[in-house]
Amino acid sequence: MATKGKPPKPEELSKISYTPPQRNWMDIPVEFKPGMYCHATRPKYLEAVGMPFPRDWSPADADWKLPDNWKEIILQGIKERLMKYRTFHVFMDICVRCGACADKCHFFLGGGDPKNMPVLRAELLRSVYRKYFTTSGKIFGKAAGARELTEDVLKEIWYYYFQCTECRRCSLFCPYGIDQAEITIIGRELLNLLGLNLDWIMGPVANSYRTGNHLGLEPHTIKANIDFMLDDIETITGIRVETTFNRKGAEILFIGPSGDLFGVPGNYVTMGELMLFHEIGLDYTWSTMACEGGNFGFFTSMEVAKKLYYKIYSEAKRLGVKWILGGECGHQWRLMNQYADTWWGPPDFLEEPVSPITGTKFENAKGSKIVHITEFTADLIKHGKLKLDKSRNDHLKVTFHDSCNTSRAMGIFEEPRYIIKNVCNHFYEMPESTIREKTFCCGSGSGLNAGENIELRMRGGFPRANAVKYVREKFGVNMLANICAIDRAALPTLMDYWNPGVDVCGVHELLGNALVMTGEIERTLDLRGEPLPGKGGAE
Amino acid sequence: MNLRNFLTEKKTLILSKWFNLILDTYPPETAKFFRNQDDPFRNPVGSTIFVGIEKIFDEIIKEKTDVAKLSIFLEEIIKIRAVQDFSASQAIAFIFSFKDILKDEINQADLLQKPATKEFLMDLHDFQSKIDLAALISFDIYMKCREKLYELKANEAKKMTYRLLQQAKLIVESPERDIN
Ligand code: SF4
Ligand code: SF4
Repeated sequence: MATKGKPPKPEELSKISYTPPQRNWMDIPVEFKPGMYCHATRPKYLEAVGMPFPRDWSPADADWKLPDNWKEIILQGIKERLMKYRTFHVFMDICVRCGACADKCHFFLGGGDPKNMPVLRAELLRSVYRKYFTTSGKIFGKAAGARELTEDVLKEIWYYYFQCTECRRCSLFCPYGIDQAEITIIGRELLNLLGLNLDWIMGPVANSYRTGNHLGLEPHTIKANIDFMLDDIETITGIRVETTFNRKGAEILFIGPSGDLFGVPGNYVTMGELMLFHEIGLDYTWSTMACEGGNFGFFTSMEVAKKLYYKIYSEAKRLGVKWILGGECGHQWRLMNQYADTWWGPPDFLEEPVSPITGTKFENAKGSKIVHITEFTADLIKHGKLKLDKSRNDHLKVTFHDSCNTSRAMGIFEEPRYIIKNVCNHFYEMPESTIREKTFCCGSGSGLNAGENIELRMRGGFPRANAVKYVREKFGVNMLANICAIDRAALPTLMDYWNPGVDVCGVHELLGNALVMTGEIERTLDLRGEPLPGKGGAE
Repeated sequence: MNLRNFLTEKKTLILSKWFNLILDTYPPETAKFFRNQDDPFRNPVGSTIFVGIEKIFDEIIKEKTDVAKLSIFLEEIIKIRAVQDFSASQAIAFIFSFKDILKDEINQADLLQKPATKEFLMDLHDFQSKIDLAALISFDIYMKCREKLYELKANEAKKMTYRLLQQAKLIVESPERDIN
């Protein structure tokens, strides 16, 4: 849409009509706008996991260096998935184009590109489905909403399927339950048949496959990082917390998102968890081989996702633990709840998780054998097992962002709120239409939290930021809590753009602040090492 | 006729015309949704623009316009347009549509034909300069937003691996809450 040629005079500017002529969406060719898409994956990452067609290419290039038979590959891919996934087949057929989903996507709401309406996003692929897999489409073509699969169409699907965070918000409003996230997942699988993934996704995939974490860190680096946190905990509490790595025979294997080991503010979450485990005397261990709850394979294909999570279970088997405790991660929970059981069935070498402290059976985790840490901690609090000093968080006015994956995919609504209310005196909800199952995505999920697509992320995150702005203005909220590592990576940037002054934290950071530990010194610092107001620190 | 009174009387009409002109910069399907004002959380862009232009209008017609406030109101809208599909000029052109609407309204009411008083002409000149000022401020705000985006990109990469950089002694300062 950029104005070409001689720049208009200011007075003339308002006279220019920026309204694009009303045309059928099929006739509007895709335009790759900088800031809206990510870099193509480097070939070495595809090679690392044996994925097809590794090559150097760039989305902005006219020539994507597709294999000669690319079209057959995609059509065959669609055919196989129509047979394999009943949902996909149904979603391709039943949309009545009622438009109920149209204004529910954060990318459409924040950016205004009509092809980000979920109904149109689906049509991009559905039109191809009609052309090759339905009689009406074969006969009536465009009149029946069908179109040829051309390179331009393929590029359009790529452009818009990597502008969907697979958040499922739209599906909540569809009377037929059509889930665009599932369609996007399959669309991306198809694109991966041609090696068309993002660098930001394939890098973590390749690293996780090799080392068990996104950054590709070796065991000694992981250990050194955790030791570093133990030093900080000692400074703050006066207590030397111990932890173990790769310890066979531990009762529980703990696996959080690796972002919480190396990034801020995620590392404060890990510190809170380390303190908690110490205080309750939990028999647990870390694994330096499987220390990644995140799984960017999920944004690639089901096969790759499965490949990466295999590591978690084989490590649990090798160490002989009874069950797995997972950290504050978002999509880890969607995968474990919605897919793991179908992939493998319940692992028979693990036991149904039972809290060793309260005796609570986590029946919901009977299949996957993995408990989310907010379930675990909320249960501890409920049974009065923790001594908490809420006032240590009195300088914070907290609101809670429901991550798409833990809320819409898993129904974790109350546990984090319960913890927050027990460790903070000031908690304020955002408006009802923007939380719980209706939560707005951070705008950076499903592997889209890269740097080169920052405009996309900022516009996609605007509906969320707008609700935060409301509670900031109304209640003075200055802390946005969440239970997802991608949130902790993406929301600080989002807040910095839309609501400077609002900080971001994980729930276990707040817990770590409030947790009264046996034998601790008087706390004057919070987990960030900053003076606690009114606690002998700064006022 | 006092220009300020005239504009105050016409405020609703002017704002609705202005809002529509801004919405016209979006594709028609989008404009349809952005127009709906029922719920600011269901339609954050439309409602931010709708509320924002009223604040800008009120500030500009004040005898003593507070430039700091005016900047804040402009920023709320420009921040949005700076990450949408607009070039710099397109992002801030909405200020000039306000000027056009003013001109049209004055013409329609024949205010310049009915021998305009010196006071009226001075006021008119004053308003136009304020709108020009708003346009200049808008351009600065737009540039600030774009610079902010670059800065955010750089900081984010640092934050994601903060601990590693710290270990490698590439960062020596304490882990401040604000490491921007
Ligand atoms: S709400 Fe469902 S049926 Fe209606 S347009 Fe959207 S996907 Fe189609
Ligand atoms: S799944 Fe989320 S990002 Fe994708 S179309 Fe639906 S609302 Fe938009």
